[in-house]
Amino acid sequence: MSTTTRPLTYVHSRTAVLRDENIDTDRIIPARFLTTTERTGLGKHCFEDWRYAADGSDNPAFALNQPAARGCSILVAGHNFGCGSSREHAPWALLDYGIQAVISSEIADIFRGNSLKNGLLAIVLSTAEHRWLLDNPGVELRIDIASGTIRLPDGGNIHFDLEPFARHCLLNGVDQMGFLLQQDDAIGAYEQRMEKAA
Amino acid sequence: MKARTLFDKLWDAHQVKAETDSTPGVLYIDLHLVHEVTSPQAFDELRSRGLKVRRPDRTLATLDHSTPTLPPDAAGKRPYFTKEAEAQVAKLEANVREFGIDLMGWDSPHRGVVHVAGPEVGATHPGMTIVCGDSHTATHGAFGSLAFGIGTTEVGHVLATQCLLQRKPKSFAIHVDGQLQQGVTAKDLILHIIGKIGIGGGTGYVLEYTGEAIRAMSMEERMTVCNMSIEAGARAGLVAPDDTTFAWLKGRERAPQGAAWDEAVTRWRALTTDEGATYDREVRIDASAIQPSVTYGTHPGMVMAIHASVPAAADALEQRALDYMKVTAGKPIAGEAVDVVFIGSCTNGRLSDLRAAAEILRGRRVAEGVRMLVVPGSEQVRRDAESEGLHHVFLEAGAEWRQPGCSMCIAMNGDMAQPGQLVVATSNRNFEGRQGKGARTVLASPLVAAASAVAGRVTDPREYMNQEAAA
Repeated sequence: MSTTTRPLTYVHSRTAVLRDENIDTDRIIPARFLTTTERTGLGKHCFEDWRYAADGSDNPAFALNQPAARGCSILVAGHNFGCGSSREHAPWALLDYGIQAVISSEIADIFRGNSLKNGLLAIVLSTAEHRWLLDNPGVELRIDIASGTIRLPDGGNIHFDLEPFARHCLLNGVDQMGFLLQQDDAIGAYEQRMEKAA
Repeated sequence: MKARTLFDKLWDAHQVKAETDSTPGVLYIDLHLVHEVTSPQAFDELRSRGLKVRRPDRTLATLDHSTPTLPPDAAGKRPYFTKEAEAQVAKLEANVREFGIDLMGWDSPHRGVVHVAGPEVGATHPGMTIVCGDSHTATHGAFGSLAFGIGTTEVGHVLATQCLLQRKPKSFAIHVDGQLQQGVTAKDLILHIIGKIGIGGGTGYVLEYTGEAIRAMSMEERMTVCNMSIEAGARAGLVAPDDTTFAWLKGRERAPQGAAWDEAVTRWRALTTDEGATYDREVRIDASAIQPSVTYGTHPGMVMAIHASVPAAADALEQRALDYMKVTAGKPIAGEAVDVVFIGSCTNGRLSDLRAAAEILRGRRVAEGVRMLVVPGSEQVRRDAESEGLHHVFLEAGAEWRQPGCSMCIAMNGDMAQPGQLVVATSNRNFEGRQGKGARTVLASPLVAAASAVAGRVTDPREYMNQEAAA
């Protein structure tokens, strides 16, 4: 398999919290920025309409503009993060903004898949664990991908599930294209079988 | 053999390699639809790895999201919103040439919104797996195909290998009993369903819509229902194919022809959920109890019957949504002043939608101060509508009759509302800023949208339909 992304073994950061539920991918990256033909440079538009005031200055009411939230690479967000459009520009924008892990009590299917394929860790926790993180912004977490644990400041651990193949790809910086290309024989055999059946 | 759901059958038939504990399954994709917004980085990936498109014959491209809906000037120059939009379209045109893919482009009589144009040319068949870098790919499930949206990395996977790595989602049956009342449409039904199961209620599931009300629907209505499956979090929605499906598809350019057609129909008739098969989750909906429905908040799950009052906010976050929408709990949305009406999109931009809107608008005027855009879903829809004279109805009412595209649904081509404006839209998302920064969107059926345009206020279309009946 080819290695195209940086291996990710752990994420260690204070948390920034966006309590809103159902934060959709239009809010993460508004559609007017989708005319790019690159993957890079979207961080400056991440949460654009929420983050900036009308005059282009930082909106002080936006949680990620608080001094304590600056530089945090773990985002704890309200239930059902990343719903809506399939735009991969959403994880690209978050990564470029500096986020390496998103934690919620539910993460939309397409967004979660897109994130993991780009080295953005997407973690779903139980309601109670999630609630505690929402209520305690700025806590320092150490997320260990190999063991699937989040270490809390008091030394306690929260376990999280991660699809085993996604875990393997994150830990080894492996991209899935390489894996799929290795299936060429099986794909060719499937195509022959289907063409005979049709 | 174990009784299987329609979804089980579609899934099983496309397994190149079954999933294991450590790896997802390899799922074969029969049709890959491509548009300009989510594909450029995927083609770059192929180039950088020296890869070809494995099956150009199973790949079909169109231009829809970034394209202007106003015609070119006398010199043939198209009024792109930005030079980036124009460059993005040019990039897809170059990519399809380089990789040998069919494009329903500017010079094609078939160009249109990908989920309108694809079925229209007969590219969507029952039993297929279909993907596109677009979450409304669920639309094609109306034909009994497993169709879902993917990200750009996966667009690259399918271009290169015609396959995706997937774990099997769970199944969720939505049984819709009874019949829809007059003035209540497929759009009202799906809005009602999303309100009932919630915006994340379908996450992790593939939906199958069944029951009397679904069987009674035309293909266009079924597409409207399946289209918005993603607004309940489900990547895909399905309707088992039947004679309605086969009659709609027969004779279309990319449908099987001659003896191959008869063989295909025989195969497709087996695409139903077996007696005794079980779903992971089921709900029942009574179609006859559904009213024309509208959204009142900032996601499609915040929906209610048009005469209902806005529910009280459950918490500060919901209150923020009501504040953004400038609506008040305990008061109805009906009667709210409207600034813009948008008819179009992959949800409701088909001929039957335009006919429904035209029925209300015929002989009436769009209210003073209301801007109304009617955007056909495809060149075919545009031609059909014009041959029936529907464009005259819209133009005489004071609406704008545009060229096909996604337009104000995603508002990335310059068709957008101004901050604070209230838009009654037949599209699929009412997220904050979706139709322009600060724009407030009320999702509704084409009937509600047209009635609201005439009244200048959010209006129950039956007020106009009953007048006609009385006349």
